[in-house]
Amino acid sequence: MLRLEKLIKTYKTGDQALKSVDLTVPEGQVLALIGPSGAGKSTLIRCINRLVEPTSGKVLLGDVDLTGLSQGHLRRERRRMGMIFQEYALVERLSVMENVLSGRLGYVGFWRSFLRRFPQADVDEAFRLLDRVGLAHMADKRADELSGGQRQRVGICRALIQNPALLLVDEPTASLDPKTSRQIMRLICELCKERGLAAIINIHDVALAQMFVQRVIGLRLGAVEFDGPPEGLTPEVLTTIYGEEDWEATIEAVDEDDIEAAE
Amino acid sequence: MSDVDALIGKPWRKPSFVKRPWLRWTLLLGFLAYVIAAYMTIEVNWSRVYEGLERGKKFVLAFTNPDFTTRSTDIYEGMLESIIMTIASSVVGIAISIPIALGAARNIAPLPVYLICRSIIAISRALQEIIVAILLVAIFGFGPLAGFLTLSFATIGFLSKLLAEDIESMDKVQAEAIKASGAKWTQWINYGVQPQVMPRLIGLSIYRLDINFRESAILGLVGAGGIGATLNTAFDRYEYDTAAAILLIIIVIVMALEYLSGLIRAKVQ
Repeated sequence: MLRLEKLIKTYKTGDQALKSVDLTVPEGQVLALIGPSGAGKSTLIRCINRLVEPTSGKVLLGDVDLTGLSQGHLRRERRRMGMIFQEYALVERLSVMENVLSGRLGYVGFWRSFLRRFPQADVDEAFRLLDRVGLAHMADKRADELSGGQRQRVGICRALIQNPALLLVDEPTASLDPKTSRQIMRLICELCKERGLAAIINIHDVALAQMFVQRVIGLRLGAVEFDGPPEGLTPEVLTTIYGEEDWEATIEAVDEDDIEAAE
Repeated sequence: MSDVDALIGKPWRKPSFVKRPWLRWTLLLGFLAYVIAAYMTIEVNWSRVYEGLERGKKFVLAFTNPDFTTRSTDIYEGMLESIIMTIASSVVGIAISIPIALGAARNIAPLPVYLICRSIIAISRALQEIIVAILLVAIFGFGPLAGFLTLSFATIGFLSKLLAEDIESMDKVQAEAIKASGAKWTQWINYGVQPQVMPRLIGLSIYRLDINFRESAILGLVGAGGIGATLNTAFDRYEYDTAAAILLIIIVIVMALEYLSGLIRAKVQ
């Protein structure tokens, strides 16, 4: 459903963030993108919806090549890609409801959005989604009154109300505590399953990634180093991605989690 | 370890801002020499000061006995003119400033637009209000129209610049998130940028209203209408008691505006 072909991004400073990345994501697959800081994870995700312009290569969503689109067509295609951000990226001075409804901006005209007169169907869907993540009672609170976990759930609603085919998720748990992190990851993965969404999740926490996803891509210095199931992440593989370190503890932690989950 | 031992027991001082001692002392002595030299060039005619003290005293004493009544119609009309001038020029100036501020923010405007808007701001800021007022009085004649245009023009330079800088320092990710939803440019500004800069815009607008009112009192001195004209006339006639009354009214209104802006800014935070 999503195909990246020879995707290259070189920044103006000369840093090559992505070195010819090829990647295919089938319908409904949730994959985690791991790798050290500066490996190009954020750049890769942003090149897909062109918040960052790729230098060369192709991004095919369905049959459409996103890299060649005009601004108008790009906006239309962006509606099919929901994005969830590190540090939530809610517009803090808008209410929770406005933040969720901002996911519909690609569908409604300027005056409707300016006057906050969204179609009833959108408002209903917003309430349904907020209820799904347990925040329906917070609809008229301002976004900066919410806790980190609550904000990220609003961020999830904002992405889902776009009715996307693909979720781009950039470090969703970076500033959350371990328990909330798991809840958020679980929520994202459940929602993807419910709606048959494909998702690319950038994540620092290898153990957390292994708990929830079907496929892991390891990125190092802008190139794919590993592509396989989470069980394939052996200490040797982690060393090639991240460099020398004692990995036994990380992997053991996952096993304990699995046991815990099984109980 | 031995390095640390050498440091233990020794006092610590913050390193000097200028590292080289000779340069530090040269700068300091040069500064002192400048102050002394500058002081010696001041020429004061003490007998003139003595005469002037008498006039100054009269002026100050007038404040203890301000005359609101003799010229009350003049004061009323001048004040009304000033207030109308202030409000009209603030509204028009702010309305024009907002699009220019958007164009002058490098993070949302393309380079050509940016350069044009920055030039407009630079021109507006380079020309001092009094100079603009003299020019406009020459073009449009005496009266509040020239004052209104002057203040509108000055508002553009002030508000656009500060608002543009606020837009440039906004949180990029919040705006990015709105863009990622497929929003149009106008929607992006409305949802991603506007909420972030709104408190600053409101604060600056009230502050500018306050400045415009004070400026309107000055502009009258060059014939651009308003309470300044009345004040000027009072000075010309040596009616210090009337002048004092006008100044007191201006001070009260400025303080009231200051208080009001404090209230509003606390509300919109």
